[in-house]
Amino acid sequence: MNLETMVLQLGSGMLVTVEIFVLTLIFSLPLGLLVSFGRMSKNKVVMTISKIYISIMRGTPLMLQLLVVYFGPYYLFRIKIGTGYRMVAVIIGFVLNYAAYFAEIYRSGIESMPVGQYEAARVLGYSSGQTFFRIIFPQVVKRILPPVTNEVITLVKDTSLAFALAVAEMFTMAKQVASAQTTVVPLMAAGLFYYVFNLLVAFCMERLEKSMAYYR
Amino acid sequence: MSEQEKTILSISHMKKSFDELEVIRDFSLKVRQGEVVSIIGPSGSGKSTILRCASLLEWMDDGELSYLGEYAAKSEGGKSVYASKAELRRLHRHFGLVFQNFNLFPHYSVLKNITEPVILQGNMDKAEAENKALSLLERLGLKDKADAYPFQLSGGQQQRVSIARALALSPEILFFDEPTSALDPELTGEVLKVIRSLADEKMTMVIVTHEMLFAKELSDRIIFMEKGVVAAEGTPEEVFSTDNVRVREFIGKVSTL
Repeated sequence: MNLETMVLQLGSGMLVTVEIFVLTLIFSLPLGLLVSFGRMSKNKVVMTISKIYISIMRGTPLMLQLLVVYFGPYYLFRIKIGTGYRMVAVIIGFVLNYAAYFAEIYRSGIESMPVGQYEAARVLGYSSGQTFFRIIFPQVVKRILPPVTNEVITLVKDTSLAFALAVAEMFTMAKQVASAQTTVVPLMAAGLFYYVFNLLVAFCMERLEKSMAYYR
Repeated sequence: MSEQEKTILSISHMKKSFDELEVIRDFSLKVRQGEVVSIIGPSGSGKSTILRCASLLEWMDDGELSYLGEYAAKSEGGKSVYASKAELRRLHRHFGLVFQNFNLFPHYSVLKNITEPVILQGNMDKAEAENKALSLLERLGLKDKADAYPFQLSGGQQQRVSIARALALSPEILFFDEPTSALDPELTGEVLKVIRSLADEKMTMVIVTHEMLFAKELSDRIIFMEKGVVAAEGTPEEVFSTDNVRVREFIGKVSTL
């Protein structure tokens, strides 16, 4: 195998990694907000279910969760699964897991907001929806950006766990090529890729933080 | 009753407890148009709770509350029964509240702090609301701060912005909850000056304050609260020359500070 095919193979893995990353964020960020509402709900049943959900997602390995999502439908309900389900299972697993972490980050941000902001909005005639989306949430975003950045950086590296379901992402490809060619170069290349990806993530998050630095 | 004397706010037999603690035991108040009423008294006497109940931030346990004759809450069987949510939201338009800690929205410019509530209420478009906000800011000496953010302002300026924000909604009555307590003495003056100018324009106001001399100078009526009940009430002259030992003691202590 020459360098060109190696780069091509790694390149296709890279695309899959980026796909997992982007799809996970798109779905888990809003889902996390919903879960955080459940976690803060006055309804005891909703609150307890959310709490248990978060506890399981944070308390068990992501790799195990991926396996359960992938094999669960067959072993639990005898539903036949095709190979196309691999990638879907990876996204579902990642979204469910990351939503739990994001939920707790949202909750910490929302609960840190001074009650005076809610009271002022109420006296000024804001509805509760307007209060949340215009007054509370924008300020929460600013407050939670540092822990969210941490989570997003972890996600970049966690995408390699899709390997457990034999999804051909970056790490899977690198490992394949490495064992076929008995060389560590692909693994080094994969490492470099994750590192550069995260540099980019850190750069973007820093820009975002700066864009919200106009107020305190 | 003439138009000039119509009752804006009426509270009767308000009761409010937090857990086991009875904060307001029995409180009644009528405020007529153009009147300035100050509520004074030691900490924990229930002064702020009255304003918080009147502005619907807290629910009374018992008692009645109405604005311009429209009931927000009626007393039925020893309990306050509140009007529907929609009705209460409508009643919100009658009053404004200025907080001790300003509670400006930090992510909005001064101008947006003032205009957004007005625009959301739906009576004005953006341009009208901005014109109104700018003229209010000019009146309060803050015209050059329209584009500033709250953190760039001194406490006194922030409190004046929050007064402008409340005034922009054209309330019938304005409540002040210790408007100068979070300010150092140097900045207190500029806020008191604004409240004084509102009194001159016959704005109806209820002010909870520790500024005795200010309350004396400005108010048509002063209410002295202690332990959840009215300990003394009347014109400033009456309250400041009362025979009530406790009131005299309190006023004496605060005035000599």
